[in-house]
Amino acid sequence: MDFTEEQINRYSRHILLPEVGGKGQKKIAKAKILLVGAGGLGSPAALYLAAAGVGTIGLIDSDVVDLTNLQRQILHHTADVGRPKVVSGKEKIQALNPDVNVSMYEERLTAGNALKIISDYDVVIDGVDNFPAKFLINDACFFANKPLVHGGILRFDGRVTTIIPKKSACYRCVFKTPPPQGLVASCQEAGVIGVLAGIIGTIQATEALKLILGIGHPLTNRMLDFDARKTQFREIKIKRNPHCALCGDHPTITELFDDGDPYAGCAVRP
Amino acid sequence: MQVKINGKSEEVQGGTVLDLLKTKKIEPQMVAVEVNDKMLERDHLATTPLNEGDQVEFLFYMGGGR
Ligand SMILES: [Zn+2]
Repeated sequence: MDFTEEQINRYSRHILLPEVGGKGQKKIAKAKILLVGAGGLGSPAALYLAAAGVGTIGLIDSDVVDLTNLQRQILHHTADVGRPKVVSGKEKIQALNPDVNVSMYEERLTAGNALKIISDYDVVIDGVDNFPAKFLINDACFFANKPLVHGGILRFDGRVTTIIPKKSACYRCVFKTPPPQGLVASCQEAGVIGVLAGIIGTIQATEALKLILGIGHPLTNRMLDFDARKTQFREIKIKRNPHCALCGDHPTITELFDDGDPYAGCAVRP
Repeated sequence: MQVKINGKSEEVQGGTVLDLLKTKKIEPQMVAVEVNDKMLERDHLATTPLNEGDQVEFLFYMGGGR
C-alpha cells in the first residue's frame, strides 16, 4: 500500500516523528480498532483515531442520540438527536477523514456476539457505562487475546488502564466481579463533568495508537486515575492476580457469560 | 500510627484493614484494597493488620463511559 501525495500531506506531522515515520503511518492505516460504545469515551477516541488515519474503526452501540448526551459526546451534534449513534458516528468520522472505513454494529455487545466481533480487530477500547459490560469486554478480550484499553469516568474522576491478556493484570485481577447492584447508583443519578470524557477518551486513543505502532510503554499493570477537581493524576500499581478467576493459575471462568444485568448502575463511590 | 492512604499520609488507629474500612465508612464490597502494592483478597481484610508506614490504596469501581 502506498500513500498518495495528499495522504503524505495529511499525515505529515506523524510521518515527521522518527517513532512513526512512513512505516508507522502504514501500520496505522492497516489497523483495526473497535470502540465499544460511541458515547462519552468513544467520541473523542473515534475522532482522534479517525484524524490519525486508522484504517478501520468499529463502532458498537445500540442507542440513539439523546439530548442529554450532547454535553460530552462530541461525536454527535444537535441535529443527530434521535438518530442511531453508530450512524451519526460514522458520518462524523468520514467527514473528518474519508480514508477511514467504519464498521457499524447497532447492537449491544453480549456473550453471544462479543468474540465474533472482537476477533476482527487489533485493539479494543472500552467506552461502555455499566459494569456487566466492562467485565464482558475484559473477558472477551482475554478469550480473543486482544489488547484492551479500559476507561471509566464518573463525576470528576476518570480512570484508564491497558490490559494485554495473559501478560498484564486484567480487570478481574483487581475487581473480581461487578459490584452488588443495590449499592450502585446509575449514571443518570451520578453525573459527570463533560470534559472528563475528552481527557480519558484521548488517553485511551493514545494507548491504542502506541499499541498499533509498538512504541513506548503501555499503561499496563498500572491504573491511571485522574481527579479533575485537583487536576491530579495518580498511578496505582496493579499486578496479575494468581487467584484471578479469568487469567489466574486456576481459572473458573472458561467461557464468556453476561455477568449481571447490563442495565444496572454505573457509579460507585462511598 | 501513620499510614499512607491513596498517597496521602494519615494518622489512623491500629487494627486491621477491615477496621480502617469501617472507620472510613467504606463498604468492603465496593472497593479493591492494595496494601504495599499487594492486592488483598476480600476475605483477608479482617485478618490483615495495619502496620506503621503501610501504603494503602483504595480502588473504587468506576463504571461510567458514556
Ligand atoms: Zn486477571
